[in-house]
Amino acid sequence: MSSWLDYTINGLIVGNVYALVAVGLALIFGVSRLINFAQGSIYLVGAYIGWVAVVQLHTPLPLTIIFVAVVAALVGLIIERFGLRPLQNSVRIAPLLATIGISFVLDQLVMLTFSPNPRALPSQLPDVRFQVGGGTIGPLDLLIAGVGISSALLLFVFLRYSKLGWAVRAASQDRDAAMQMGVDVNRVNQAVFGIAAALGGVSGLLVGMYYNQIDTAMSLQATLKGVVAEVVGGAGNVPGAVVGSLLLGLVESYGVAVFGTSYRNLFAFLLLVVVLVLRPNGLFASARQAPPEPLTGTFIAPSRPVRIPRWALLVAVAVFAILPLLPVSFYVLQTLINAWLLGMLALSLTLVAGTIGQVSLGHAALLAIGAYTSALLSLTLSVPVGLAIIAGGLMSAALGTILISPSFRLRGHYVSIATLAIGEIVSLVILNWESVTRGPIGISGIPPLSLFGYDLIDPKSVYWFSFTVMVVLALLQARLLSSHLGRSFRAIRDDDIAARAYGLSLNRYKSLAFIFGGFAAGVSGGIAAHLYSYINHETFNTQQSILALTVVILGGLGNVVGAVVGAVALVGLPEVFRIAAEYRILIYGIVLLLLVRFRPQGLLGTI
Amino acid sequence: MAEAHAPLLSLRGLTRRFGGLTAVDSIDLDLAKGGLVSIIGPNGAGKTTLFNLVTGLDRPDAGEVRFEGQDITGLSPERLAAQAIARTFQLGRVFGNLSVMDNVLIGAHTRLRAVKPAVPIIGPLLELGLALLRPSSVKAEEERLREEVKTILARFGERLLPRIDQPAYSLSYANRRRVEIARALALKPRLLLLDEPTAGMNPSETAEMQGLVAELKAEGLTILLIEHKLEMVMRLSDRVIVMDEGQKIAEGPGEQVRNDPKVIEAYLGHGLSGTAEQESAA
Repeated sequence: MSSWLDYTINGLIVGNVYALVAVGLALIFGVSRLINFAQGSIYLVGAYIGWVAVVQLHTPLPLTIIFVAVVAALVGLIIERFGLRPLQNSVRIAPLLATIGISFVLDQLVMLTFSPNPRALPSQLPDVRFQVGGGTIGPLDLLIAGVGISSALLLFVFLRYSKLGWAVRAASQDRDAAMQMGVDVNRVNQAVFGIAAALGGVSGLLVGMYYNQIDTAMSLQATLKGVVAEVVGGAGNVPGAVVGSLLLGLVESYGVAVFGTSYRNLFAFLLLVVVLVLRPNGLFASARQAPPEPLTGTFIAPSRPVRIPRWALLVAVAVFAILPLLPVSFYVLQTLINAWLLGMLALSLTLVAGTIGQVSLGHAALLAIGAYTSALLSLTLSVPVGLAIIAGGLMSAALGTILISPSFRLRGHYVSIATLAIGEIVSLVILNWESVTRGPIGISGIPPLSLFGYDLIDPKSVYWFSFTVMVVLALLQARLLSSHLGRSFRAIRDDDIAARAYGLSLNRYKSLAFIFGGFAAGVSGGIAAHLYSYINHETFNTQQSILALTVVILGGLGNVVGAVVGAVALVGLPEVFRIAAEYRILIYGIVLLLLVRFRPQGLLGTI
Repeated sequence: MAEAHAPLLSLRGLTRRFGGLTAVDSIDLDLAKGGLVSIIGPNGAGKTTLFNLVTGLDRPDAGEVRFEGQDITGLSPERLAAQAIARTFQLGRVFGNLSVMDNVLIGAHTRLRAVKPAVPIIGPLLELGLALLRPSSVKAEEERLREEVKTILARFGERLLPRIDQPAYSLSYANRRRVEIARALALKPRLLLLDEPTAGMNPSETAEMQGLVAELKAEGLTILLIEHKLEMVMRLSDRVIVMDEGQKIAEGPGEQVRNDPKVIEAYLGHGLSGTAEQESAA
């Protein structure tokens, strides 16, 4: 009994921390209809600013909290002013991509400034424990609860009684009407981003103290948890976000009690998927909402795609095909092999995110499924590598589509959240399902690529193999796009309501897109597994998903040639300029931001 | 006798509430095959909500919808499209990045042979296979539909044909509206619901649209029309239904409805009677 009380208290305290992140997300969503993927990065910034204050400046606790809140709020204001405000009249996908880019830039800046190694963030409170029932709570627990409750109260008073608070509520109900009545929506946005960032920063500080450790991986985890709590409570609903956070804390805590610590995140994401499937508007939304208003503007940037003449494509393919016969270095071939593998992933993502408009943030999970399937089949069942890779593609197509299917009813940002969560679930299952996946040890000794009994070991044959596979996949995809399916996918992307009214079943066509795209990604993962000879649950991570997304946007959403050009550019250019590995993610983030701002249709145009 | 002349579409007690507001309040409506019934009423009267209930985009809280005697209440829009019920949207919902040709081809989607098999898993996979392999039957079907689209677009004179390969986002509002109607016609509908087809059109464009709707009616198409331009409504309709605050306040031939004191009151209250007079005078 007493341990259950302990788990309950722990759950409520953790939930309180999530609430600080989730309330910020809910405020921003309420006003801008935007899920701010950079919220976790502000939390990370808060934790490190707190570390600077505590360890280097030796500030007392109240001053630390104020210092963190002010700096985080400033970061929030900068994000709003320079990252999002210029995109106000942009296509719907733009602010979402911008917050993803901002998040990567902030995380990398923190990592480059403070190094990726974990740091200790000492609690500035006395280490005493009070007996409560069978468990104990310390002063920090009380502080976290106190900050959570008092900021919720302050926020309530602000929204309810201050003039700016009224404006925030007015703008969240009807932005255009509020503007007509003279509400300065930019000022409202500033206020909201400032408050949200201050809350996020303080929660980063408190969590760092709670676990006495901070590291750069906190960011993505915080975004995910905050988003889960917010969506559970109903996006944009501030009290709902608080309740959602407490619920999330409790579910995790009880899950850990029953199954162990490594299952904590699995429970969080399962809760998210269950809520998204059963009540996509959150637990506290009224059962049936008015049908959504017709959306003005289009999802992707309208553009006329650059037409590349057929002969030019043939020449390009011929040049790359004979490249290994020319005196080029091993290093060039190696770089291009990576580009072809990324190209396959980008083909998959450009179909899913561009052609049918489901911006997937968990695409690396499809690589992982393909890689593990192919590796395990060839290792344990001695399936020939060529067949194993195809099986990996098929498994990725089937399993990926089944896993993603709960998100088919969702739209826009929700799809991104769901795919992000599903990607995390896949990686957690790989980590925990030791009997099959060998858990954290990973799989080593994967046989090299081979075809019809001949091993493909020298770089030339690996190059030809991966290039051929990519070209075949690209040709198939181009053929798909020119069929009735291509226009059906694009119709669903442009207006799913009108598409349904003309008989296009969303489930059917989203499934087909994920089946086709899943195959390409799975094949890419399979080839990678045999090339690397060792994989584990971290080989295919969120960074790769974001890299693929940047490639796809660089090339032009839905654009087959663009996906390949983007992959060559993003893999090749850092090599040409000899950019150190730790700066690459930062550069990808900046490229993403610049593209969204200045050339949303990408190099070759959206299709 | 009633069964011999069963209406194509019939609504009984159709009701939809949003919170405290009853947007559609126990509406009864019968539409005979080949008939044209217009629904008029001030803004916010519930006309578009009624369309959404009939086409499955929204589900009624009470009442039923029958199509050819079958209960179709609450079926999904996809199923209703397969039953050959087509609609246009009030605010114009074309597929912005698709060409005019592709927009109208989407209208013919339910008629594609590759789409027909409704078997789960196997049906979609077959569709994927057909799309990739493209046997000659599929190619021929696509060619035939493309020709048909051109015939449909020719009904709009030179408005759309020269722009057939342009993306829909580049079209004027009036042309987007025309694309919507062309898309609906490509479905080969048995029932067509038009939601303000002339919104945002000038008098000559409106006259053109009126001519087209009259043509469609003469060809035997059954039409349910929402329209604000009373002149057009009076000319085309077999019967007019007037809605106000979710309720049907009058029903009958155009002239009779126009002189109904309740209708005049509803419009006067919303300041629209002046517009109506001007339009009928024009």
